[in-house]
Amino acid sequence: MKQEEINDKSRRDFLKQAAITTIAATACGSLACSCGGGNKHEHHSTSTATGEKVKLLSPDGKMIEVDSSQLHQHDHAMYVSRAEARTGIPGRKFVMVIDLGRCKNARKCVGACQKMHHLPVEKEWLSVKLMKDNEQSAPYWFPKTCFHCDNPPCVKVCPVNATFKRQDGLVLIDNERCIGCKFCMAACPYSTRVFNWEEPKEDLRDYVSSPETSLPSKIGTVEKCDFCPDMVRQGLLPDCVSACPNGVFYFGDENEDTVTNGDETISFKQLIKDRAGYRYMEELGTKPRVYYLPPKERLFPVERGYDALPDNLKARFKDVMEGEKK
Amino acid sequence: MELNSFQQKAFDQQKPTIEKFGRRTWGWTLFFLAWIGFGGYALYLQIADGHIVTGMRDNVVWGLYIANFIFFIGISYAGAVISGILHILKVEWRKPIIRIAEMITVIATLIGPVFILLCVGRFDRLHHLILYPRLQSPITWDVLAISTYFAGSVIFLYLALIKDFAIYRDAKLKVPKWRQKIYKALAIGYRGTPSQKKHIKISMNLMAIIIIPLAIIVHSVLSWIFGMTLRPGWHSTIFGPYFVLAAIYSGTGVLIMAMWVYRRMYKLYDYITDKHFIYLGYIMLVLGAAYGYFTFSEYLTGWFGSEKWENEVLHKLFSPSEYGWWFLFANVCGILLPIFTVAFPKTRKPGWIALASLFMVMAMWVKRYLIIVPTLESPLLPMQDTRMDYVHYSPTWVEWALTLAGIATFFLFFTLMSKFVTIIPISEFADKEKELIKEVSATTSKDSKVVPA
Repeated sequence: MKQEEINDKSRRDFLKQAAITTIAATACGSLACSCGGGNKHEHHSTSTATGEKVKLLSPDGKMIEVDSSQLHQHDHAMYVSRAEARTGIPGRKFVMVIDLGRCKNARKCVGACQKMHHLPVEKEWLSVKLMKDNEQSAPYWFPKTCFHCDNPPCVKVCPVNATFKRQDGLVLIDNERCIGCKFCMAACPYSTRVFNWEEPKEDLRDYVSSPETSLPSKIGTVEKCDFCPDMVRQGLLPDCVSACPNGVFYFGDENEDTVTNGDETISFKQLIKDRAGYRYMEELGTKPRVYYLPPKERLFPVERGYDALPDNLKARFKDVMEGEKK
Repeated sequence: MELNSFQQKAFDQQKPTIEKFGRRTWGWTLFFLAWIGFGGYALYLQIADGHIVTGMRDNVVWGLYIANFIFFIGISYAGAVISGILHILKVEWRKPIIRIAEMITVIATLIGPVFILLCVGRFDRLHHLILYPRLQSPITWDVLAISTYFAGSVIFLYLALIKDFAIYRDAKLKVPKWRQKIYKALAIGYRGTPSQKKHIKISMNLMAIIIIPLAIIVHSVLSWIFGMTLRPGWHSTIFGPYFVLAAIYSGTGVLIMAMWVYRRMYKLYDYITDKHFIYLGYIMLVLGAAYGYFTFSEYLTGWFGSEKWENEVLHKLFSPSEYGWWFLFANVCGILLPIFTVAFPKTRKPGWIALASLFMVMAMWVKRYLIIVPTLESPLLPMQDTRMDYVHYSPTWVEWALTLAGIATFFLFFTLMSKFVTIIPISEFADKEKELIKEVSATTSKDSKVVPA
């Protein structure tokens, strides 16, 4: 599998740096993880040559010399094969609970998600909607991730098994497999999925592709919120969860019956029971793995999230907010 | 091959058409090629720059291309269903028009799938459909169904052509050597022996029976791409039969138009008579009424139940500031116009019926667009997007150029085919039909030259 990826990568283009990084990764054994999820935060740019040469063994058995500046130390994240990335983390069943009473549309989750996944500002895997269920009800902020449904309409329609459901509950996309037919986007009732309409502006070719990171993003393929499985493998919380200043997001494991928002760790069942947790549009039968706690006893008035926004973002919610003021 | 007198006459009349290409045909061919070339440039841009050059965005993920796809697969029903059913029912008047019908089928089935490929973001990965197929996906059903259907309709067309190829081979046509060789090869040694005749007959009957369920499967599967999703306006049990019926209907319309054009262009008034238009007009009327009924019950149930999302789509279709006028056009020209044109004896004339068909076919295209776009513009969660191109779909010139290229390809193939084989099958005329055709043309020859519109 590893070999295949390396070949695949060098075939893609002969960018010297990219080739060398992979060779180095193979040669150093323990550094093979340079291609795994761990390096997400450490995206490096080419530094200037030091003149110091390092001898390395290339995958086809040749000794080569590269400049030491081309070598990079990476986190010791687990190397995850494609097969592992498809089956998921054994014994886990991930679940998320979103407390609508605490959200004030600070948008820290959106920013963190975009940073983590190298998304341009206009692309939001995680978005915050302003919901108003009917004329009488009060509007509330509604962060929307991928719901990682247990009966996922998107997975059902994929013709090439590019998007798949794992044992641990996650729905991921293999963007090396995806043909870009967009059927999953049409099938997803929550409009979660986004398409790479053009070549990604940021050069992400250094990343060895993995469905767990959705990197590097590929033109003409579909992507979406992935619950950051590479972070979870390292025992870390998804970035949206840790970025939220108000502890809106609880992430955890249904099998262990625990969820945490970083501040408190509580029983998932108890939380859902006490706070009347519900799943969005239960009637669709998609069985989401994301639960919402109703916006009761709110920490902030809804206007707080609106007034603080820059004009371009305000425009999104103008209709709802102006209706409110009348 | 021995020709009877009637066959000889039909052949003599059509010989010049297939022997000479002519300046006018060259003109049209180059015109169509130019359009296709322009489409090729658009396609190059789409591949090089990505789908950003189209009007499709994250909400409206499909647009013109899918509408074209449904449209072309729809008109392919002309040969499959119309010609297949008439064959099984042993309707004699079908014989002069079956080739036109089956050519429509083959050409449209060839062009249709190209449009679904244009929606695919990664051309370079199409082989994944075969390497990693998932049988659960309606797209995989589509791939299987359409390829089977295409093979079936090519065989159906070819079987009816074998005897004619033998005639072209033996006639020593004034055509280049390579074409004679092709005719010879395609005639696969047909000499008209009783056993050969019998085998062709059996195969034709079999294919006529096979092609009908195949065609029905193709459009049902296609409709299920939409019907299987949880989207308002799509998630409807009526979609399978609705699409099938709409397809036969639009196929009939295109067949009538093609007959009208060929009859005029190649002066085939003796073979394609007014009766053909009137009979096909009747078929169109019945199909139009059935299609109208389906349309009515689809929208009535949605409107009456007035579920939130369904209402949103219906509102877009009915409101004049959104798709109201198009919706009106699709239903007036797509349902009422053909029915009334055929119903009134005054307009039950080839020209009028052909004109009504033209409007009907355009309306059916609009209808396909109205199935796709308003639903995609009505996601279940509020869009809350300020980028107008993400909220409202409007096709770009790239999409229009490729759409026109598709239509140009259709005409180009038709033109080239009509220069390669005779539009009216020659071998189909047995002696006994001589009388029949004469009779038909005698009753209608009076007004057959009068072509209104």
